[in-house]
Amino acid sequence: MITTALRMLIGDKTKLLGLIFGVAFSTLLICQQVSIFVGLLGRASSVINDVRSADIWVMDPSVRTIDASHPMRDTELSRVRGVEGVAWAVPLFKSQVQVRTREGRLENAVILGVDDTSLIGVPNEFLLGSVEDLALPDAIAINPAGFRLLFPGAELDVGRELELNDRRARIVAIIDAAPAFAANLTIYTRYSLATTYTNPGRNVMSFIIARSADGLAPEVVAQNITDRTDLKAVSSSAFRTESIKYIIENTGIPVSFGTVVILGAIIGVAIVGLTFNQFIMENLKQYAALKAIGLKNRRLLAMTLWQAGFVCIIGYGLGLGAAVLFFRSTAEVDALRGFYLLPEVAGGVAVLAAVIVLLSTLVSMRRVLTVDPATVFRG
Amino acid sequence: MTSTSMQHSQMHAPPAESDVVVVCRSIKKSFGEGQARVRVLRGTDFDAKAGEMTFLVGPSGCGKTTLISIIGAILSCDGGDIRVLGDDLRRMRNGQLADFRLDNFGFIFQQFNLLPALNAAENAAIPLVARGYSTRKAEGIASEMLEKLGLGEHTRKIPAQLSGGQQQRVAIARALVHSPRIVICDEPTASLDAASGQRVMELLRDAAMDHERAVIVVTHDDRIFRFADRIAHMADGTISKVERGKLESSKTPVTPKDAIP
Ligand SMILES: Nc1ncnc2c1ncn2[C@@H]1O[C@H](COP(=O)(O)OP(=O)(O)OP(=O)(O)O)[C@@H](O)[C@H]1O
Ligand SMILES: [Mg+2]
Repeated sequence: MITTALRMLIGDKTKLLGLIFGVAFSTLLICQQVSIFVGLLGRASSVINDVRSADIWVMDPSVRTIDASHPMRDTELSRVRGVEGVAWAVPLFKSQVQVRTREGRLENAVILGVDDTSLIGVPNEFLLGSVEDLALPDAIAINPAGFRLLFPGAELDVGRELELNDRRARIVAIIDAAPAFAANLTIYTRYSLATTYTNPGRNVMSFIIARSADGLAPEVVAQNITDRTDLKAVSSSAFRTESIKYIIENTGIPVSFGTVVILGAIIGVAIVGLTFNQFIMENLKQYAALKAIGLKNRRLLAMTLWQAGFVCIIGYGLGLGAAVLFFRSTAEVDALRGFYLLPEVAGGVAVLAAVIVLLSTLVSMRRVLTVDPATVFRG
Repeated sequence: MTSTSMQHSQMHAPPAESDVVVVCRSIKKSFGEGQARVRVLRGTDFDAKAGEMTFLVGPSGCGKTTLISIIGAILSCDGGDIRVLGDDLRRMRNGQLADFRLDNFGFIFQQFNLLPALNAAENAAIPLVARGYSTRKAEGIASEMLEKLGLGEHTRKIPAQLSGGQQQRVAIARALVHSPRIVICDEPTASLDAASGQRVMELLRDAAMDHERAVIVVTHDDRIFRFADRIAHMADGTISKVERGKLESSKTPVTPKDAIP
């Protein structure tokens, strides 16, 4: 009866297309939105991820996310260094600057100042230049997305000059750092230079990044630091989680993405539900005839489930394919860089698509199960 | 009148002959509750024999459809005895009734009730597929049956591409494809013009009649009475008389040429 069930469905091209479209639409929309959302959350922690050598972050107790820091006194650094279990600790400056090109382009940037001598905190992925170049006067490194933002159409190169808050800076390296949450343009430079570009003066340290001594858990050392200073210290992974949580709890982003996802699901249920119901209603008399002929409810239910499953698989496949194409075609778009269709998302949406189809066919299935075969003889 | 009542009393004789495949005794059936209760069958007796085409005729609303629905194991009765092929339908559960229908009945409806997306062969093959035949084998057998019914060239057409008469012939093929012992038709010609109705009845008679098979036809259409072996007249929920059909015309096979005026 499987063939019969599928032939019934395929025979009605208009409804079949409607059903497949409904599922594909929901799949595409939800896959795309959830992936972008996950990608955005990833950006919230990209700076933390890029500082790979540190496993402890120290900050003012009021700080709850990498994106909003509060300056600490410079003297805190030596106190942290003195805590038991701390292998090393260096300052990290993080702020925002206005960047202007010679051509007059103006962009916002996240600027990170790393320890002048060790340069710890700079990501290792140098596309052009090297970490030593950052020791040069006015030297800064920027990410490729930022470069393309400033110099549209230009090949990646070094040596160009910029103005950071009206002070001269020179690009000496291109680093493949992930785009940050606050801006697509990320600048790495020496701590001393970064502070002059932004807000010169004392007590400007945003974070202290540190490493736990071999054999000690970062959580334990972080707790030591918290106990011995007035500062807040957490492991990198805890800080990552906290920063993501901050975005989820304190911005409208989850709500707006969530709304789109829920709308996508509702529209899917509506399209699939209405179309499937119409399909079943048009065939109800025939279902009654099949019952009269001797098909049991179990059989008819199986037929409807096959039809629903067929719609679900084809629709999901097309929707997923469209989502893959979307992310393929935007892979080179910097604004959407780092947004991928994660397998977990694809898997989750598969389950959701099945739920959508099942939900929207429940009513129709009830009709099939309850239709009285005796009605076939009535006009 | 006397001959009719004799025939009628014959029906009350115990079903000794094994060719009496449907035996209804004092069947009662009402619909609704309380004030709205309608007593449709008030102790109806009815028999059908294998090798015969039994017509059930009577005014609209007298309970013909209700009776054949009960005989066809689709509707349960409130009282009386019903035996089909020796089995007591009242003792069967729903699932058993469905299996019983699939094994023993072929149904032909006024509105054909073919699946619109399936072609003629696929539609006619349904009872076989439902019984577990492979689609291919079932459609092969169904196509032979369609051929027999003069639809050899139309096996791949969907119902919308066929005339009403052709669709009803597909329905006949579906009703006969699994060689059921009993075929039940409710107003098989009511949706057809006179010529198509005649042709459908001829084909039904040729294809369905078999010494093992009973065919029960409910109809209003007196132009097809000549196909009946027996005609049971129903009024107010009981069988008022049973008469022999015009055997000469019904037993003589009618060629298609004669049928088209
Ligand atoms: N499911 C039902 N619920 C309530 N009343 C019903 C139901 N089925 C049939 N009836 C009533 O039972 C009576 C007999 O109906 P039935 O369909 O058996 O008549 P019929 O002889 O087949 O009539 P027709 O020639 O018009 O088809 C009618 O009055 C009808 O309204
Ligand atoms: Mg009727």
